[in-house]
This record gives sequence, structure tokens and C-alpha cells, in this order.
Amino acid sequence: MSALYVLLALSLIVAAGFLAVFIWTVRKGHYDDDYTPSIRILLDDTETEEKA
Amino acid sequence: MSNVSHSLKGAVELDEFQYDNKLVRNFAIATIVFGLIGMLGGLLAAFQLVFPDLNFDLPYTTFGRIRPLHTNAVIFAFVGNGFFTGMYYSVPRVLRTPMWSDKLGQFHFWGWQLVILAAAVSLPLGYTTSKEYAELEWPIDIAIAVVWVTALVNLIMTMINRRVEHVYAAVWFYLASFVAVAMLHVVNSIAIPVSFMKSYSWYAGVQDALVQWWYGHNAVAFFLTTPYLGLMYYFLPKAANRPIYSYRLSIVHFWALIFIYIWAGPHHLLYTSLPDWAQTLGTVFSIMLLAPSWGGMMNGLLTLRGAWDRVREDVVLKFMVVAITAYGMATFEGPMLSLKNVNAISHFTDWTVAHVHVGALGWNGFLTFGILYWLFPRIYNRPLFSQKLANFHFWIGTIGILFYTVPMYWAGWVQNAMWMEFTPEGLLKYPNFLETVTSLKPLYFLRGVGGTLYLIGFTAMIYNLWMTAAKGTLIATETARAMPLSAIWSGHASEPWHRRLIERKPMALLIFSFIAVAIGGMIEIIPTFMVSSNVPTIETVKPYTPLELQGRDIYVREGCYLCHTQMVRPFRAEIERYGEYSKSGEYVYDFPHQWGSKRTGPDLQRVGGKYPDSWHYNHMEDPTSMSPGSIMPRYPWLLEDDLDISSTPAKIRAMQTLGVPYEKGYDEIANEDLARQADEITERLAQSGIKTSRNKEIIALIAYMQRLGTDIKASN
Repeated sequence: MSALYVLLALSLIVAAGFLAVFIWTVRKGHYDDDYTPSIRILLDDTETEEKA
Repeated sequence: MSNVSHSLKGAVELDEFQYDNKLVRNFAIATIVFGLIGMLGGLLAAFQLVFPDLNFDLPYTTFGRIRPLHTNAVIFAFVGNGFFTGMYYSVPRVLRTPMWSDKLGQFHFWGWQLVILAAAVSLPLGYTTSKEYAELEWPIDIAIAVVWVTALVNLIMTMINRRVEHVYAAVWFYLASFVAVAMLHVVNSIAIPVSFMKSYSWYAGVQDALVQWWYGHNAVAFFLTTPYLGLMYYFLPKAANRPIYSYRLSIVHFWALIFIYIWAGPHHLLYTSLPDWAQTLGTVFSIMLLAPSWGGMMNGLLTLRGAWDRVREDVVLKFMVVAITAYGMATFEGPMLSLKNVNAISHFTDWTVAHVHVGALGWNGFLTFGILYWLFPRIYNRPLFSQKLANFHFWIGTIGILFYTVPMYWAGWVQNAMWMEFTPEGLLKYPNFLETVTSLKPLYFLRGVGGTLYLIGFTAMIYNLWMTAAKGTLIATETARAMPLSAIWSGHASEPWHRRLIERKPMALLIFSFIAVAIGGMIEIIPTFMVSSNVPTIETVKPYTPLELQGRDIYVREGCYLCHTQMVRPFRAEIERYGEYSKSGEYVYDFPHQWGSKRTGPDLQRVGGKYPDSWHYNHMEDPTSMSPGSIMPRYPWLLEDDLDISSTPAKIRAMQTLGVPYEKGYDEIANEDLARQADEITERLAQSGIKTSRNKEIIALIAYMQRLGTDIKASN
């Protein structure tokens, strides 16, 4: 059963790592521009006017 | 965002390029055609459970072969093509570039349709691996992998050649779907070919069940959910003409969802002989899934805040709102069903069927319809033929979903209550399983009515879109202009590291998403293989005889596992009804496992020795002769067709490769043992007055059925 405990511990470490990185990025303001991309997709660069 | 792009605007020449609408249109047509076929298949299967005559006494049209045809068609053909339709429309527009290769796009289209046709032919013919939603045999599996990777390469190369810095979240969802499904498909499909179109799963029993449901669950996650979330993140803002409620939430949604989803597979195996720790892990992560799932749902619904008046008028938004609401309901229900106490009620019943159809009809179906109604007027350059008809579709579809799901929820509860109920004397109140089935027939009929309503709406859409296309002209290509990426790629050091390192670089994003999804899978699966104590061996459990092995392959071919489980859960009611609860060590020679996921008929794990051979013979010829009122199909061809014993040596050798302890050289003499055992059964049948010959398929099937669960009886 030892492999099980090792792998479970590893999984918890990995999961905690993900969480830590996420919290760190939020605190450091890494998601500051989380608006522009959502606007940009609304603008098409095509020449044909949208209909319908 | 940087200001560099503005300052450079005058100096840089704009690139001119074209978006291809033809491929989008082709995928849309495939979506509609296969959607119709898949739903008709579902409707037939639904009514077969009420009117068994609809099985037509033909091998090709029995429930056991129609049901996989239905599930494969609606998942891979309808939803799959729906995903590709939206993907080939949105990816070039989001990334400001045409798809990298038209040829690969064409290859993807035709390759995928050929795979679907191969499935549509091979499944009714009985070629199946019996692994749910992965039934297709190995040559088709390889074709799927090739087509899939081709599309993935095209997507990645398009991302590399994009003309925007930041890759919009929708594309991340697409990419993660491709990566995860590639991994799931390959790992779950590993098998040892016995012949062209016949193979044995590489895994046995508990391991096979774990891998299968790790795949099965994530097929829902990465084929039905993440691709469609990507579509939601593009088409909902476009249809509402307003940005997604919170772009930040979509980033969190993405990472949280792909990381958590992959762990939840074992919730399909609660109370089975899968080790407890793996079951608990599956439950815990399933509960956690509620957070990202509802985050995504709220992100979608709140996009429409302040615009609900438009939802009243715009049929596209109506479809999308119901789709997202259905997503929310299904993803609330999913975690609840993963609680062991709830699962004890719901599992193996029609509750599960109701649950998946809230997702399939509501989320996938309605989002597809919304997108198609939005798309056709744009690529055919004219307004939708009839708003009125589209509104009709919306309402009859919604009512159809209700008519489908409510009776199925009811059926699930009724059936479980009847399975579990004891009299005051401590006996099963409904000892005859058939009673629990026949009481559901009116509900099954209502479900069929719901499906019919849904399909009527679907045909209204076909007519509406057809007329829209006929009255308009296809804009085959749209010309667009944008600055080349080099002009706007600022890459300043002040940028957040994750954007620099991951989100800008598709290859890195690909690898990171792969790692995130792979971790979950590896940690759950590897220990089960490594830790031998997870599968305690039982000395009396012996390999199948050659005849039983052949019979088992018939059991697989006819799709018996779709209605009959082979898993007695450790509940008083089940032990009372079926016998000793199932042990993992009983399945070590089951390549693949036949646990099943639905109990339309009784469990068969302990059926061996329960009835005489003649009972099985008569029952397979006409189930109502032994069980009046049974809804099981008749299998007359098993009584007439000869068993193909030329395959026996190859099958024995394949089993030996998989580690089944047949003696060396047994493949050469296996057919002698087979003939001996067949003679014994034929003899017993003759004593009961049944004349048949030893080389019929039914003999092998009886041999297998009579073996089921008997090894452990011998040990007690």
C-alpha cells in the first residue's frame, strides 16, 4: 500500500501548488487586464456588414 | 494592454486574409443530418422498451445494438460536428487568421464523417468492444486518433500564426478538449487485436472498469462540456453583442474545471468492488466540481444582465439561456449523484438516464440550435426564414425535455424503491424483478413522447435552416484585415509571467493543460495497477473455458451489458435478491469487464446455476415464454447461427498474452474442450426435450451464463 500513500501525498502537493500559484497571481495583480480580450472578440475585421 | 499597437498603426501594412465559411457550412450540415439520425435511433430505443416488437427479431435492430448506435451518433456525430462547426467559425475570427491548412480542415471533415459511417455500419453488425461510448473496434479507434490529431495540429498551427497577442478563453477550452480526449481515447482503447474488428481490452475487471469510467466520465467532460463551454464563450457574447460577464472568471473557470474534472471518474463506480479510497476520491472531486461548473454557468447567465428584454425577443438567446440553465442543473445534479447515499438510490436506474439527457438535450442540443440559428443567417447573408418557426422549435423542444426527464426521474425513484423494499417479515416485497420493470412501462412511454416532441422541433429547425439557405447565397469566404502579430507583439518584461510563458504560446499552453489533466488520471490509475492488495485474488476463480469465452463474446456482441449489470452491490436488498456481493477478485479474467451501468433487467453476476439450461434456451428464443410481460428482445438467431470456432485458438493466445494462465499450447487443443462442453450442454437440453446441435451460438452463451458467479459459490 506504500505506493498509494506516496502518490496521494504527491497529488495533494500538486493540488496545493496549483492553488498557491493561483493565489499568488491574484495578489500580484497578474490578472489586471481581464477585460480587453472579451471586448475584442465582439469586433470583426471583416468588410461585409453583419446582417440578420 | 499596451499602447504599442496604436502608435504603430499608421506605419504597418495591414494583412488581408480570408475566413472560410464553406467548411463551417459542411460541418453544420453534418451536425444536422447526424443529429436527426442519432435522435431517431434514440427514439427507436426508447419505444423498444415499451413495445419489444420494435426490436423486429433482427440482430441489427435489437436494443443492444441500437443503443450504442444512438449514443455514439448523438455524442460523436451530432455534438462532435456541432463543436467543429462552431470551432471552425470562431477560431479564425478570434485569432484573426484563417485556419492554418485548408487541406487538413478538409481531411478532418471527411475523415470524421467516414469514422461516423464506419460506426453506423459496424455497431448494428455487432462489432463492439462493449466499453460504453468507446464501443468502436480497434481499426476505427486508430482512424479516430489519426483524424483527431490532424485537427489538433491544424488548431495549434493556427494559434501559432495568429494576429492577436492574447488567445481568447474559448480557444483554450477547444485546445484542452482536443488534448484531453486524445489522451483518454488512446489510454482507454488500448486493446489486443484478435482479428480484424475483434479485440480484447488490455485491462481486466476492476482496472478495466476504472479506466473505462475515467474515460466515460471525461468523455462527458471533454467532449460534451469543455468544447461547448468554448462555444458558449464565443457565441453567447456574439449573439448578445456584449462581452462575457467576467473574463477573469472565464480564466479561473478554465483552469479549475480541467484540473478537477479528470479526477471525478470513480463516481461511476460507487459501491462496486473498486477500492474504497478511489471511490471516495471520485466523490470528493465531484463535489468540488460544483464550483467551477456553476462559476461558468453564472458567467454565461450574467452576461445577459440588463439585456433580459432581448432574451424575450431573440430566439437565439432563448435557446442559449435554456442551454446554460440546463448546464447548471446537470452540473448541480452531478455532484449530488456522486454522494454515496444518493448514488445508492440513483445508480443503475433511469435517474442517470434523466441526468444525462438534461445535459444532452438541454445543454448540447439547445446550444447547438442557438448557434445554428445565429450562424445560418450570417453565412447565407439573409435573415432567418421564420422567427415564428424557430420560436415553435424552442417551445416544443423545451416541453420535450420536460416530458423526457420528469418521467425518467420518477422511474428512477420508483424502481429503486421497489428494489429495496422489504416486507415486515423481512422478505423482499418485489422478489420478482420483472414487476419493477413492467411498472415503469407507462413512464417509458411518456419518455418516448418527450423524445418525439423534441424531434418534431428538430425537424422544424431543419426546414427553417433549409429555407434560409435556399433563399440566401453562401458567403463562401469573408475577407478580413488585421495587423500582423509582429507589429503588435510587444513582449515587454513587465508582462505577467504566466501570460508571457503560457497563454501566448500555444505549445506551452498545450503541454500545461495536458499535465493538468494527466496528473489526475495517473494518480488514480497507477496505484490500482501497482498495488496488488487492491485486487485480492480468489483461489477458486479460474479462467473461462473456451466455450464460455466464445459465449462471453456473444454476450458482448449483443450488448447484454446495456441492460444487465454484473455487479452485486453490498446492500441487504441486493444480497437478498442476487446472492453474495461482488468481489474484485472475481473479475481478474474479464477482458473487458461487463459490470454495466444500467439495470433495465436483473443483475446477472450470480445467474450461473440459477436456472436449468433449457430455461435459458427458451428464454433467449422468446423471453415472454419464461417471464410473461418481459420487455427483453427475442434472440432467435442465436438458436440458428453456427458458432465460429475457427477464432478459438487466436482468442486463447490473446488471453495468454494478457496473462490468463492457460497452459502452454492450449490454443491448439482448446476446441476439443469446447466440443466436449458443448456436447454436455446439448445433452442436457435434449433431456429437457430441446433438439439442437452442439455448434449453435446459443450453446456457448448458455455455457457462459451458467458459469457466471459460480466460482465464488464453490469457495463458500
